[in-house]
Amino acid sequence: MPKALITLAPVDYLILIVYFLFVLGIGWALRRYMKTSTDFFLSGRAIPAWVCGLAFLSANLGAQEVIGMAASGAKYGIMTSHFYWVGAIPAMVFVGIFMMPFYYGSKARSVPEYLKLRFDEKTRAFNAISFAVMTVFSSGISMHVLALLLEQILGFNYHMCIAVSAIIVLVYIVLGGLTSAIYNEVLQFFMIVFGFVPLVWIGLQSVGGWDALVAKLDVVATSAANPAGRAFAEGAWTQSWAHMYSPAANPMGVEWFGMAMGLGFVLSFGYWCTDFLVIQRAMAADSMSAARRTPLIAAVPKMLFPALVILPGMIAIALHHELGGFLPTDDKGATDYNMAIPVMLARFCPAGLLGVGVTALMASFMSGMAGNVTAFNTVWTYDLYQSYIRPGQPDRHYLRMGHVITVVGILISVACAYVAREFNNIMDMLQLVFGFVNAPLLATFLLGMFWRRATGNGAFSGLVCGTLAAAVHHGLTLPAQADWGVKGGWLCGGHVVHTYPVDMAQNFWAAIYAFTTCFVVTIVVSLCTARNKTDDDLRGLVYSLTPRVKEHGVAWYKQPATLGVAVLVAAVILNIIFW
Amino acid sequence: MQLDVRLPIGAMFLIIGLILCAYGLATWSDVELYRRSLGHNVNVWWGLFLMAFGAVMLWLTRRAAARTPAGRKDAHE
Repeated sequence: MPKALITLAPVDYLILIVYFLFVLGIGWALRRYMKTSTDFFLSGRAIPAWVCGLAFLSANLGAQEVIGMAASGAKYGIMTSHFYWVGAIPAMVFVGIFMMPFYYGSKARSVPEYLKLRFDEKTRAFNAISFAVMTVFSSGISMHVLALLLEQILGFNYHMCIAVSAIIVLVYIVLGGLTSAIYNEVLQFFMIVFGFVPLVWIGLQSVGGWDALVAKLDVVATSAANPAGRAFAEGAWTQSWAHMYSPAANPMGVEWFGMAMGLGFVLSFGYWCTDFLVIQRAMAADSMSAARRTPLIAAVPKMLFPALVILPGMIAIALHHELGGFLPTDDKGATDYNMAIPVMLARFCPAGLLGVGVTALMASFMSGMAGNVTAFNTVWTYDLYQSYIRPGQPDRHYLRMGHVITVVGILISVACAYVAREFNNIMDMLQLVFGFVNAPLLATFLLGMFWRRATGNGAFSGLVCGTLAAAVHHGLTLPAQADWGVKGGWLCGGHVVHTYPVDMAQNFWAAIYAFTTCFVVTIVVSLCTARNKTDDDLRGLVYSLTPRVKEHGVAWYKQPATLGVAVLVAAVILNIIFW
Repeated sequence: MQLDVRLPIGAMFLIIGLILCAYGLATWSDVELYRRSLGHNVNVWWGLFLMAFGAVMLWLTRRAAARTPAGRKDAHE
């Protein structure tokens, strides 16, 4: 058994057990409400806006968010907040105000089904198959990272962690369907917040408060021994925009245009506006108004999350630089920034509070897994099974298929977790391919919703060409100091046409090329092909053909437009404060 | 009427807060244990906060239930 970083006391195990009992209890309490496939897959469209909003946010709070953002906070400082204030908030406002009326109003049961209604079957099939494979694979990755982390920090057995997390998620989803997942995501949201708030407070106290942290991070920035390996100007770790004029001037290695267009537009709008994993939460809302407010409500805590997940990383790097050896090293002897949160928990939380922190960590992984599994079972049942394998069956049949495919989805996730454990390169490769498929999606949706002349052939051609553009861009470019292969350059044997300072810049520009290609090809092919949908077919699916949504009886401060403006103003203020 | 999500949230945090608080009081004089949290008995004050949060959620659940037609009928009877 590996040496544990953290030793849990009986009181910590007691808190963990209480949490697991409530998670399973919610599934048990909801099982008698699961009478139809709509109840199981769509929560009967009966969930209030605030619950959907917190679930919308929590479904995205997987391993990547908590562990990954803290690691980025250590490596890049406050610039990591771009993933929130630029890379999430504008897109969440856009999907709430402009796109939810089409998703919710069209009565589509999933995002691929919207593509079928708007374009054609082949576009839906392309999106449904790639999404189903991707979600079940992501669930497996989440499971693997959870088990690996618990093995590393608590000395738990890897196989036991996989089995326990899989069984708990399986039981509460099979019993209570999407409603159970959403309710548990709300529970997990509060667990994550209440688990990390005291950690941040104690961590900040330990470095002497915010001003002292800024001073310590200025020392980190000007030292060649920082995570980037070269000295920057003071403020490089504590100012989000001031050092974005050149990739060489900031630890992230990205310039403002690549950041604003690649992350702020293509990648963030592509994720928040088209990914069924999060859109499904808004589609479960009890009214059009609630569905539109869902992402706007989620945007408020999302804006404040950098304080919970990035700040611990910044505190960790300040202490690491000051004390030396605060963060452990990985197998290759490099500093392991992914251990920022676990090390902070071990360092600052006494028994009792440690149980709350470890439970919060577990909650973040489980909400990510459950989100993927519920999105997978819906897309499989409605978009693949009901459409192509067994159409025309009674509703009870599809409800039973929902239960069966949830079990199958969890089993495939477990298999993916073990593949990830044995063959890390295969997983890198698969994630790369999914990146190619996702990059052009935004162009398809924007043209589909805001240009009625877009045709099914245009959309499908655009998606295929956009995916190819992302792959070709990757094959012709490389990040600096990387070997050709999974990192890029595979089309020219390493003799690349462009070298990016870091792989993040390569990802941002790949998204820009894929989006542009998809956008142009969709327009050109649409203009060269006959429309396959009449204006009547497109009513409720396209902006110009859909009557504006009137929010009758909703107070002005609850109107989506009011909420959207307030959220955007707050995001701008945060960007200015940390400029 | 489906389960109100505030009920399990309130109950869970009330119980976790109670556990934290009780453990914090039981280890009140353990200076070594709280050296990690800079001398603060974080278990007691965070336990109290979680209990208060749980109680508020349960109160909101009860208030919402009383406002449903079934709840108003029960209150009237």
